[in-house]
Amino acid sequence: MSQPTPEPRATDDSTLTPDVVRHLAGLARIALTDDEIAKLTGELGIILASIDKVSEVATADVPGTSHPIPLTNVYRQDVPGVTLTNAEALAGAPDHDGTRFRVTAILGEEQ
Amino acid sequence: MAAATQGALYTQTAAELAAGLESGEISSVEVTRSHLDRIAAVDGAVHAFLHLNERALETAASVDARRSAGEKLGPLAGVPIAIKDVLCTLGMPSTAGSRILESWIPPYDATVVARLRSADLVLLGKTNMDEFAMGSSTEFSAYGPTHNPWDLDRIPGGSGGGSAAAVAAFEAPVALGSDTGGSIRQPAAVTGSVGVKPTYGGVSRYGAIALASSLDQVGPVSRTVLDAALVHDVIGGHDPRDSTSLTDAWPSFAEAAREGARQENLRGLRIGVVKELDAPGFQPGVSQRFHETLSVLEQAGAEIVEVSAPNFEYAVAAYYLILPAEASSNLAKFDSVRFGLRVNPVVGGTVEDVMAATREAGFGPEVKRRIILGTYALSAGYYDAYYGSAQKVRTLIQRDFASAFAQADVLVSPAAPTTAFKLGEKLEDPLAMYLNDVTTIPANLAGIPGMSLPMGLAPEDGLPTGIQIMAPARADDRLYRLGATLERLLADKWGHTLLSQAPSLS
Repeated sequence: MSQPTPEPRATDDSTLTPDVVRHLAGLARIALTDDEIAKLTGELGIILASIDKVSEVATADVPGTSHPIPLTNVYRQDVPGVTLTNAEALAGAPDHDGTRFRVTAILGEEQ
Repeated sequence: MAAATQGALYTQTAAELAAGLESGEISSVEVTRSHLDRIAAVDGAVHAFLHLNERALETAASVDARRSAGEKLGPLAGVPIAIKDVLCTLGMPSTAGSRILESWIPPYDATVVARLRSADLVLLGKTNMDEFAMGSSTEFSAYGPTHNPWDLDRIPGGSGGGSAAAVAAFEAPVALGSDTGGSIRQPAAVTGSVGVKPTYGGVSRYGAIALASSLDQVGPVSRTVLDAALVHDVIGGHDPRDSTSLTDAWPSFAEAAREGARQENLRGLRIGVVKELDAPGFQPGVSQRFHETLSVLEQAGAEIVEVSAPNFEYAVAAYYLILPAEASSNLAKFDSVRFGLRVNPVVGGTVEDVMAATREAGFGPEVKRRIILGTYALSAGYYDAYYGSAQKVRTLIQRDFASAFAQADVLVSPAAPTTAFKLGEKLEDPLAMYLNDVTTIPANLAGIPGMSLPMGLAPEDGLPTGIQIMAPARADDRLYRLGATLERLLADKWGHTLLSQAPSLS
């Protein structure tokens, strides 16, 4: 059996550029300012350089763990319980019409 | 503590208060008022609380009335407790230290809070924390930092610095915290208090505002091991509302703590010292107190064995991939639609633009940093190399623990590599801040329970140090048994408890 080979280091072919951070901020729905993007680009580069060492030991023969205590098929009895009333659910909303959450236009003009 | 404060009700432990309440010697109104007065006197300087419960005295009076009427009440009935602001509370704001949830009042109680109310504890208020529990100093709270009662210019640890400072400053006998990578244990270490992260799934997470769902665990914060156990007994156990909640029948942790306090010696107990967590880079005074404590344990009859956990070296790296990945997903719910802040962009726009403007205005710098990092780690092309690799490291760390627990009943390490650092010292250096958690993170990755308890003041700065005890998953009782024994041995050695030496503040 051959020796397991480490997976490629994540940052080998990528550098975190301001454009990448701007793209990620768009995916994460945060309207970062240009100053924040510049600062984060530097900080995240340093952080990534220190954490990409995980790939050194993460060989193909090691299974991943997503949950610390294995549990499977968690069921409960299908019985009606107490749920929030409409008023309770809307109580913390920034805007509502008494029965529903209210938001601004969902689609832009070009859509 | 200064002579003027000796004998005040707020200096008593939860167990002492419970005994006085049970016997009718003191009332819950007196106890609650004593703590509210103490909060009024010192919290301007400490800033442990974000919100005080206006109905605390009313609850206390009702507990007193029911006790007077002969009703049989639970063991902590009438005892005050502080609640970390990450936990949802009916009738009190729950902000998780974030602007995006400023003044938000949840429509339900967290299960742990509901259990405290059912057990008739008196909720004093909500404690300060790093925003969404991201941090090791409380400096990332949107509402200003908490100050360490031992030195107001220093951090109280984080993210649960508010809960730790509240008990260390005698503003509350006990508190609740949450621990994702050390947020209960590291603040305990640097404030000279006791903090326990239970086995993952041992305490319900329902109503705990999620940071990283596979790591988060709610637990007790206190000044004594017995008090932590008493709170754990109230909040623990299966909750059908949390699908990761374990269905185990748990023993009484208070009984384990009482047994531990009584036991004469530690003969037959194998205590493993994790070689990788006894590192030369730690503050010398922390290492010194740790080795002195090992001698105390050995003299009491415990067998000290060195164990190695070679993959712990990768724990911080794996954690700072798994946590941001899970956090970026959990925090997507703060979308300006159903609760919390809404900020409209100056130029208007779609609901997506409103979300982006809201999250820009409502999240602080550390939250943004981790959301962007998590979004990157989960993005196509990097998922396997980052998140996938981190999950493999998690397996390797679990294997290290399994092999260590084959050689030892419990493991020990310093609970934090240094004593409390100065406010501001690491604020601009995220990586340095992350390394504070090197000792505590492995337990979260493996889901095992851990406790921090005081092991003395570091000689070089006179600040508290903590020892961490770790046990296999589901063996939380071992923490309480050994913790209570060690607490007694150290108090005998010192002639006093550590927190009796804290500045009086008032």
